[in-house]
Amino acid sequence: MSDPILSRRAILQGGGALVVSFSLLPRAAAAAPPLPPALPTRGLPKSVAGDEVDGFLAIGADGRVTVFSGKVDLGTGVKTALKQMAAEELDLPMGAVSIVQGDTGLTPDQGPTYGSLSIQNGGAQIRQAAATARAALLGLAADRLGVPAAGLALKDGAIGGIPFADLLKDKRFALKVDADAPLKDPSRYALVGKSVARIDIPGKVTGRFTYIHDLKVPGMVHGRVVRPPTIGARLEAVDDAAALAMPGVVKVVREGNFLAIVAQTEWGAIKAAEALRPRWSAWAGLPEQDKLWQHVRATRVAKDDVTSAVGDVAAALPQAAKMLVATYDFAIHTHGSIGPSCAVAEFKDGRLTCWSASQMTHALRRQLAAMTGLPTEDVRCIYLEGSGCYGRNGHEDAAADATLLARAVGRPVRVQWSRADEHGWDPKGPPTLIDLKGGLDAAGAIVAWTSEFFIPEGGAGNVPLVAAELAGLPHETALAPGNIVHNSALPYALPNVRTVCHRLAETPLRPSWIRTPGRMQNTFANEAFLDELAAAAGVDPADYRMRLLNDPRGAEVLTRALALAKWESRPSPRAETGGDVLRGRGVSYVRYELYRTYVAGVAEVEVDRATGAIRVPRFVVVQDCGQVINPDGVRNQLEGNVIQTVSRVLKEEVTFDRGAVTSLDWASYPILAFPEVPEVVMELIDRPTEKPWGAGEPAAAIVPSAISNAVFDATGVRLRSVPFTKAKMLEGLRGV
Amino acid sequence: MGQPVSLDVNGRAVSVRSDDPEVPLLYVLRNDLDLHGPRFGCGLGQCGACTVHVDGVAVRSCTTPLSSLRPDQKIVTLEGLGSADRPHPVQAAFIAEQAAQCGYCINGMIMQSAALLARSPNPDDAAIKRELAGNLCRCGTHSRILRAVKRAAASL
Repeated sequence: MSDPILSRRAILQGGGALVVSFSLLPRAAAAAPPLPPALPTRGLPKSVAGDEVDGFLAIGADGRVTVFSGKVDLGTGVKTALKQMAAEELDLPMGAVSIVQGDTGLTPDQGPTYGSLSIQNGGAQIRQAAATARAALLGLAADRLGVPAAGLALKDGAIGGIPFADLLKDKRFALKVDADAPLKDPSRYALVGKSVARIDIPGKVTGRFTYIHDLKVPGMVHGRVVRPPTIGARLEAVDDAAALAMPGVVKVVREGNFLAIVAQTEWGAIKAAEALRPRWSAWAGLPEQDKLWQHVRATRVAKDDVTSAVGDVAAALPQAAKMLVATYDFAIHTHGSIGPSCAVAEFKDGRLTCWSASQMTHALRRQLAAMTGLPTEDVRCIYLEGSGCYGRNGHEDAAADATLLARAVGRPVRVQWSRADEHGWDPKGPPTLIDLKGGLDAAGAIVAWTSEFFIPEGGAGNVPLVAAELAGLPHETALAPGNIVHNSALPYALPNVRTVCHRLAETPLRPSWIRTPGRMQNTFANEAFLDELAAAAGVDPADYRMRLLNDPRGAEVLTRALALAKWESRPSPRAETGGDVLRGRGVSYVRYELYRTYVAGVAEVEVDRATGAIRVPRFVVVQDCGQVINPDGVRNQLEGNVIQTVSRVLKEEVTFDRGAVTSLDWASYPILAFPEVPEVVMELIDRPTEKPWGAGEPAAAIVPSAISNAVFDATGVRLRSVPFTKAKMLEGLRGV
Repeated sequence: MGQPVSLDVNGRAVSVRSDDPEVPLLYVLRNDLDLHGPRFGCGLGQCGACTVHVDGVAVRSCTTPLSSLRPDQKIVTLEGLGSADRPHPVQAAFIAEQAAQCGYCINGMIMQSAALLARSPNPDDAAIKRELAGNLCRCGTHSRILRAVKRAAASL
């Protein structure tokens, strides 16, 4: 069974070095979750140091090992994969390892769970800690037995018959993680590289898994935030008489523009919130949506990031025999979590405990401390899985809502966002506008490439908390859209290249990272424009790429994708354009962030000439992310990533009026439904002796361009604006 | 706290009370009966995460008022289908196909397809996709779900 949070037994068996007190939750459900331990008592904390073995590992009296991971499972299966990695280094079966994730009282700060780094960075740290532990245990056993360590082996939690726990004084390693501790030889792997079944799935398919939405804390009440009708509205007054008269209402909470109601029951809170009569000031600070791209182009540039500069574009471009110019754009998107964000907060003895599905509990801890004025050490954030988030969605904001309400009513408060809260108020993937120019010589080779990306400034910091903003409490003011400059530069060898990101001082809606932030939008423009150049050169687009690739691993994924797709070499577009349904294929390639995972893919499309509807019946994808920890887990991620991105490309766009988001449900922000889902044909290239790289994000980068290229192949129409709606397709078809 | 309302949930007769007879069944199941299989996704009947069976028919519990239910109607949730130790064939098939990522939608996928298989034991791909068209999955687990439903159909 799964172990979403550390079991009390595991902690106890972890020995006296660990946590000494427990907050007991009611065994309400038939299968209540293991109990989360309380804040470690001061003076006797479990190490949460990221450079200590004890930060990552604890060994119980029975030899069971608990892994403490700062990276969390966002529904991607990394919990299983991280267990595999730790168990492998310690020669343990999966069942002998438990895992605790994202608990600031127990787990090291390994950075937020984003950027396809859970295995690559987080797993590598845990693996190194386990390797250090392995070496230490072997040394201790050698001393005890009076034999050389080289002749000893780990077996079922013991060495030479001595259990791990007996080898350790106080059950602690008291060791720094040794970067040079030898790692197990991949040829001896028993678990890594195997499709071990995910530990969470049996619970999830039988209703026994505890999501954040299922958590109950004794005395818990339910909060509901009443959002302003426009983003910048001020709360001028509120008539709460009718709401307060409703059964079970605990309190109306008003702090600045933060308005909420707390009630005994969840439904009671929903109904009471509807009965509140707030008066808000008018606000209309958003641009007109149909002039979004003019607005983006006119936004003040805070700084320029030059992401590549090779040769002399200014000199080479005018010399080109042929020059192409194009502008691409990618709409504002939302994360689209199926379950709206949820959190529970409790103040006890002046300390805050906040349970949430935050992908960054350590950073959230600092944000909640700043918002409440509490010392950071008096805030504990505990992760429980939520609905998949695909980036920084509303989980942290729900945590802040719950925190303010718990403080206001002096009781634990659960906040469950509504669908409109999630669609309307989660931070958004910002609009991306890209201008490109390319020059060809007489033979069709690229002599110069230049591109300008208009994207908000900022990196992957903390996204300001909505509650703190509304309540006028301390919060960050910098934009945090993620590291969206990545993959603005090209993964190809060209003689003259200049790529520059104009970092905009503002963007219409609060930005954050959606899955594959920047890499997806930037690669869309790069790989579609490259296709335009290939077409101008009259060359097969796959051959054209192959000529530019000087990277053997990159060339291999591309070659294998073409073979898997049974790619027919010819220039695009197709010659024949008859019939009601036009069919085409398009290729795309990326090296993620230019230093890690390789992906190549081929989209097959069908375009209905009469309606403009685009279908993607099949998508072929090949990924090389180095060492594969769990092949089935990677395939699950890869396939899901392709399908999610097909949805983004064909359907998705956040809509807004001058005051707020207007796409507040699944009717106004539709996503791909079952009948529209492509068949995804996959191949993984496993390289057991290489480092593992990110697996969950990279493939999204190639999907938009592969579809654009396939549509061009089918119709001769180049789609440069995501989403590829029927209206855009029809407009293009009429223009042909 | 309102009048007691009798329900038949997962084969058990239960009695619940609510101040508001229009409370959706979902809140009663999750908060009063601690049945967490059905999940809140939209409250609008658009996503399917809250799906339960009422007399064998897949319904959206988020838009089913308590007042609309009679004591003789058999309500079954994901928990009532089976457990990890004794899974229903559809649940077993989802485990075998590893057909979940975050798993938030999976309650609806299983309940919807179990209802389908009960009335149509051997559906083709198109019929399964049509049946699940109103169940949204954001992780992109559709192909595995499709395989799981077919596997379940073969095992029934």
